[in-house]
Amino acid sequence: MKRCFARGLSLTLAAVAWLSLSYGCGRQDTPGGTQSSSGAVATQPAAAPGGPVRIGHFASMTGSEATWGVSTDAGVRMAVKEENAKGGVNGRPLEVITYDNQGRAQESATAVTRLITQDKVAAVLGEVASSRSIAGGQVAQRFGVPMISPSSTNPKVTDIGDMVFRVCFIDPFQGYVCAKFARGEPLNAQKAATLFNRAQIYSTGLNDTFKKHFTEMGGTITTEQAYADGDTDYSAQLTNIRATAPDVIFIPGYYTEVVNIAVQARRLGLTVPLLGGDGWDAEDLKNAGSALDGAYFCNHYSHDEDRPAVREFVAKYQEEYRRIPDGMAATGYDSAKLLIDAMRRASSLAGKDLAAAIAATKDFPGVTGVITIDAQRNARKPAVILRVEGGKTYYTTTIAPPD
Amino acid sequence: MVCAALLAPRRSVRSSDDVTKLIQTLLDGFAVGGLYALIALGYTMVYGILKFINFAHSDVFVLGAWISWVVTVRLLRLDALPADATPWWAAPVVILTAMVVCGLTGFIIERFAYRPLRNAPRLNVLITAIGVSLLLQNTGQLRVFFGPYPKAVPVLLPNQTVGSVAGVNLPAVDAIVIGVTILLMLALEALIFRTKLGRAMRAVSFNTQTAALMGIHVDRVISFTFVLGSALAAAAGFLFVMKYPAGLKQPADAAWVMLGLKAFVAAVVGGIGNVRGAMLGGILIGLLEFFGVAYLEPLYRDVYVFSLLILVLLFRPAGLLGRAVAEKV
Repeated sequence: MKRCFARGLSLTLAAVAWLSLSYGCGRQDTPGGTQSSSGAVATQPAAAPGGPVRIGHFASMTGSEATWGVSTDAGVRMAVKEENAKGGVNGRPLEVITYDNQGRAQESATAVTRLITQDKVAAVLGEVASSRSIAGGQVAQRFGVPMISPSSTNPKVTDIGDMVFRVCFIDPFQGYVCAKFARGEPLNAQKAATLFNRAQIYSTGLNDTFKKHFTEMGGTITTEQAYADGDTDYSAQLTNIRATAPDVIFIPGYYTEVVNIAVQARRLGLTVPLLGGDGWDAEDLKNAGSALDGAYFCNHYSHDEDRPAVREFVAKYQEEYRRIPDGMAATGYDSAKLLIDAMRRASSLAGKDLAAAIAATKDFPGVTGVITIDAQRNARKPAVILRVEGGKTYYTTTIAPPD
Repeated sequence: MVCAALLAPRRSVRSSDDVTKLIQTLLDGFAVGGLYALIALGYTMVYGILKFINFAHSDVFVLGAWISWVVTVRLLRLDALPADATPWWAAPVVILTAMVVCGLTGFIIERFAYRPLRNAPRLNVLITAIGVSLLLQNTGQLRVFFGPYPKAVPVLLPNQTVGSVAGVNLPAVDAIVIGVTILLMLALEALIFRTKLGRAMRAVSFNTQTAALMGIHVDRVISFTFVLGSALAAAAGFLFVMKYPAGLKQPADAAWVMLGLKAFVAAVVGGIGNVRGAMLGGILIGLLEFFGVAYLEPLYRDVYVFSLLILVLLFRPAGLLGRAVAEKV
């Protein structure tokens, strides 16, 4: 009996020790800690002069949305490799440090803090998901280190402050594009139903702008159905949608959700076309099999677009990684290229000067289009619509921003 | 009947829509509730005999789902075939393999993690169970096993709709999920109440020491209980994958934890330790969840489940079918 008790006690103590240890480690990394109050520590530019210029990248390298992080990182690294072959920045080579945030917002804040305070990066690249870009962007803003999001489209991301930029369009425009496409050929939708993730800032924002533009263009929204993070069964919402007989279902979610939604919609006998945003963009969209045939989504670029920049990028990427680059790879590539271009123009690599150089970017020739950073630190670019067929995507049309 | 006839002319379109929705929701709730019940059985059987919550049980369910992926994609390479060319024997082979592997895993967990602690304080066993759970989750995420990404599994069951009456669709997958669940529950019912082994299980559950004195090999019965519970969880894992083939989440994803928790709630609601209670609890929770999502607010799907748990714990702490037992001091 005594031995049992002793063993139990030591086990409990071990557990307590382990917990406090992990808590302690976590505290060192939190942005609210002591490091942030001193502020000036982190604004020191990358490493020693003459050493490599470090670029930080935080991304979902594992977890549910892993293909986004992996693709973006591949794009970023290819861009940096090319620029290093051209001699780097002012004679200094470039180095990318990538941290995995496992697809979680709180891990994003930790990763950015670590990149800035420990690795002394000159600038940060990341994320795809808006909620995670916001978490990371707040840290970058506080430390005064510029951050460029490759493909977060929620307006709130760059609202954080003058250190946060993006190289993609924003959701008010994306909602417009989806609404315009739904109303025109070939969908000619009069009635649309929406199914969105109310726990995701990206999804709710895109749902709102789609609704606004679709009704302004003369369409009607039959029903808006919501789900939350981690849901796998959408049949109740789809049953509600089916009862309203829409011409199209707008699903501004992530591909991980869309594949399940599509399969369940077909099982329920819903055969109307599905429409979505850039959250659909991933190789894993093929997981839905034939359920997504005939669906459309809005994206930053299409690999089969007939533009010289795209053809060149796709060829290089395929040679490097032996697969077709998705939109996240292209925006990742563009974000790194644009950052390096700004580094060359900047008077120094200190946060303020680099941010000023990024903000001054005009007519930068990117793969996803010609990028000009506007006063709100966003990029103004056309969007493309892709059609899904047999697990592959095909370029359908390009829609330019309204004047 | 009369009411329906009276109401029919006035709002026939509307009410037929309502009926469709009602029946559709009922079917969806049953299919998912059956899966909860299958997992809940493992929780409840172990509790019934050992009086502790095996927190690693939901990870055995996840293992079952992922073994299904390994067998279909890695071993049989069925993802290369077109969807309608799946051989008929694929589904039975996969589900049986998953059940055998998980049964074996359950046996190993009990033998090496819990049996050494048979006479230790219950807290130790509980902490060990959490440890086993973390071990399974994170080992599963290693690239040599399943990897840290979601995967897709080819659907091995016929993908068409069995019946479509008055707008209600019963997909073949759901029909098979419900059918297999009922079959497994009947088999378990027969095993526990009609066989000698089942009687031994009930005896051990009733009083371990007395059962041992009567010549029942207690360790063997406990091992068998773990194997049985794990095999049922594996079957639930396979059916879950067939129902949601497009996005099989990585083993440590939070979505799995919620599924496991709901199954645990099902066991508690039905009366933990009571096999029929687990079945009832599972179905009840499935129905509650789907009716809540369809008719009330879809974001509160977890709230409905846990509210029911709170209500049951307040008014019938022993569960719906459980018997209150006075703790002997």
